[in-house]
Amino acid sequence: MYEETKRSKVVKYILIGIALLFVFVMLVLPLVTVICEAFKSGAEVFWQAVSDDYTVKAIVLTVEATLFAVLFNTVFGIFAAWSITKFRFKGKKLLTTLIDLPVTVSPIIAGLIFVLTFGRQSPIYPLLSELGIKVIFAVPGIILATVFVTFPFISRELIPVLESEGTDEEEAAALMGAKGTTIFRKITFPHIKWAFLYGVVLCAARAMGEFGAVSVISGHLRGKTNTLPLHVEILFNEFKYVPAFAVSSILVLMAIAILIIRSVVEYKGKKDA
Amino acid sequence: MMVQAKKSKKAKRVIPGFGLSLGVTITLLSLVVLIPLAALVIYTAQMSPSEFWEAITRERVLASYKVSFITAFIASLINAVMGVILAWVLVRYKFPGKRILDGMIELPFALPTAVAGIALTSLTADTGLIGGFFAKFGISIAYTRVGITVALVFVGIPFVTRAVQPVLEKLDPVYEEAAGVMGAGRFRIFRKIILPEILPSVLTGFGLAFGRCLGEYGSVVFIAGNKPFETEITPLIIMSELQEYDYKSATAIALVMLAASFLILFLVNMVQHRNAKILKGGR
Amino acid sequence: MKNLRTKVLSAVLAVSVLGASAVAFTGCGKKDTTNDSKVTLTNVSYDPTRELYESYNKIFAKHWKEETGQDVEVTQSHGGSGKQALEVANGLEADVVTLALEYDVNAIRDAGLIEDGWVNEFDNDSSPYTSTIVFLVRKGNPKNIKDWDDVAKDGVGVITPNPKTSGGARWNYLAAWAYADKKYNGDEAKIEDFIKKLYQNVLVLDSGARGATTSFVENGQGDVLLAWENEAYLSIKDNPDEYEIVTPSVSILAQPSVAVVDEVVDQRGTRKVATEYLSYLYSDEAQRIAGDNYYRPYNKEILKEYSDVFDLNINLVTINDFGGWDEAQKKHFADGGIFDKIYEKK
Repeated sequence: MYEETKRSKVVKYILIGIALLFVFVMLVLPLVTVICEAFKSGAEVFWQAVSDDYTVKAIVLTVEATLFAVLFNTVFGIFAAWSITKFRFKGKKLLTTLIDLPVTVSPIIAGLIFVLTFGRQSPIYPLLSELGIKVIFAVPGIILATVFVTFPFISRELIPVLESEGTDEEEAAALMGAKGTTIFRKITFPHIKWAFLYGVVLCAARAMGEFGAVSVISGHLRGKTNTLPLHVEILFNEFKYVPAFAVSSILVLMAIAILIIRSVVEYKGKKDA
Repeated sequence: MMVQAKKSKKAKRVIPGFGLSLGVTITLLSLVVLIPLAALVIYTAQMSPSEFWEAITRERVLASYKVSFITAFIASLINAVMGVILAWVLVRYKFPGKRILDGMIELPFALPTAVAGIALTSLTADTGLIGGFFAKFGISIAYTRVGITVALVFVGIPFVTRAVQPVLEKLDPVYEEAAGVMGAGRFRIFRKIILPEILPSVLTGFGLAFGRCLGEYGSVVFIAGNKPFETEITPLIIMSELQEYDYKSATAIALVMLAASFLILFLVNMVQHRNAKILKGGR
Repeated sequence: MKNLRTKVLSAVLAVSVLGASAVAFTGCGKKDTTNDSKVTLTNVSYDPTRELYESYNKIFAKHWKEETGQDVEVTQSHGGSGKQALEVANGLEADVVTLALEYDVNAIRDAGLIEDGWVNEFDNDSSPYTSTIVFLVRKGNPKNIKDWDDVAKDGVGVITPNPKTSGGARWNYLAAWAYADKKYNGDEAKIEDFIKKLYQNVLVLDSGARGATTSFVENGQGDVLLAWENEAYLSIKDNPDEYEIVTPSVSILAQPSVAVVDEVVDQRGTRKVATEYLSYLYSDEAQRIAGDNYYRPYNKEILKEYSDVFDLNINLVTINDFGGWDEAQKKHFADGGIFDKIYEKK
């Protein structure tokens, strides 16, 4: 028995070692590179890049798109998870596959399909321009693309949890005459709370960082349709490496902030429970 | 068993909200995903079958499928193994810095892929920190397929880890302990008890990562070198067709990629569905 | 069951209406209305002109204010020339385009946004400034690269973007072609061999000009970067002790094209200011800004002021020697063209 524990300790440390090394090389080093480059020319240059007018506008747009994506996908995720896990119907597998599809669609294609749908060669373009609605190369297009790439993130977190919970509790409540919203609030939501939080974090993180799809659809109008990742690209293409990395580090910091908030909420919630 | 089967059949619509929730789901799905994707199909339908076939089977395009497929596969494989290890370490062990490690897993999502690509390239080029080390042994990373794989590993880190983690959390260590007491070796315990439980989620994560890696563009273009037949990935070909105003070829190749990701996902969902059934049946 | 179907349908309907109104809501109010005190312009340009237009927009705003009393605000968009043209053709609302080559503007014309004959609307085929292709080599020129022959030699690492994705890179390719054409007296088989050898030396085929510069400058790849003259000077300006410019014996006159996007200016009522925006590029003041940003001014007198910067004796061919862009594109860069042959499977 003693030997067993000793050996298992060795395994433990080896595994922890591998995990840490992997994360260090693949994650920490690139991030450190970003931060180091950002401060290479001192805090003043950093601050200048970060407080630049265009940067601030890009931050606002990014936050806008992220909030919208989270909101939209929350609504979608809850409805989708509810219908998929609580009922049986034909074509369920097809439905879940279609919901997941956006994750694996190349961002280039994601942008391309919206250009094809709303662009000048699209059949509905004359109608849109008649109404004065601009979708692509404008803010709605950016929001649409962001929603698209993060589409399944919340439902994907909810479905497995709800699936493993089964439907017994809800059925019992329904038989006793509870309304749908009540069932959801009192029975279902407590189960999916943490999964939901994870989903929101994933969705927000991915929405902030989306580059490919947004880049195809934005038109790169400075101060108008530039998100943070696109602004980074622009700075980079201006050979302004330090400011480019400075702006990227804002994204890193935003992501870290979200992850910290998640940990705190989770920690508090689990302690209360 | 029989009672349960009967009940779930009869009571399948006891819970309210089926019409509403399915309606909302399908509408939103159609608006955001299906209609735009249909535009792609409609656009491609304007081509004759032989045109379509020619566009998707040009030699350079074929070579790019190969590059994309191989690098994405290897990267997802690495992520599958590392994802299981990471999930295991995060769920089963206590060590300082664990919460930080746990919190970092999603960071690759938030960092714009282009930034990731630039950072990784400067690290792995022959002049970089990591690249310089390997260059001593005559191995180059950046501007080769190895470089592409590195970028894809970065992009795909969260998928497997986050898929396996919840399953491991639910898995009761009692069985393992029992098996251990009965004298089963560690490897045997892992293979016989843990692996079957987590395998479906590993596959799910693998599938998602694989699909995501196949389509990745932003980070790869910086690190790849983009040489035709060697390090040119399929999304880049789509991009170059677009720049030549050749929408038809671009959409045709895009359709092939779309079909590939759909297929991967469908398989993943089949596995997951089967798994869910087994889990339920066992209870 | 029927009840269920109506429920599904009504949910579908409700969400569609909500979604449509949301799109309509965010969509409206974004359209610029031109009032008397202020006008906005969108200039869709390509990568290396950022610094140029940053300065130019300032002097143009001053000029326009003096002329008309109106404030003008110019929104810039930069990117690969081909991609930018494509976006304008797809509905990116640009009043003027200032792109890397005529071919890209023609693509917008073909989409129906720009009227035929735009080339003759402004002087010098609508190119207010020109450039050429030069070599950027590392300090001291360790590989002793003097001309195109040296670039195609064994053991030389070349960095150039992909002509299929980068408009600028097409100039690189054609410049090399022009040299080989002279050298082999138009023997196409030999020219192709030469080009093939050159491209076999390419280490990194970036998708855009700026990416190529980064590979060469930041990541230390290759011995020679085939670059626009203005890009090469910018790199030297940033790192004066690390690089040198070598001017080859033959190169090509790169003519970036400017045009008013007719459909957009008519719709927005900005034709007058858009036209003035482009024609003022030919003013002395603007020509000097072009020179300061290492573009060769069209105005001969002003070009002479920069004779210490530019090698004015360089032998330049033009795109017309290739029969114009449509011809060159078809022969060299289209799918199955000569460039594809270079990369045929070995």
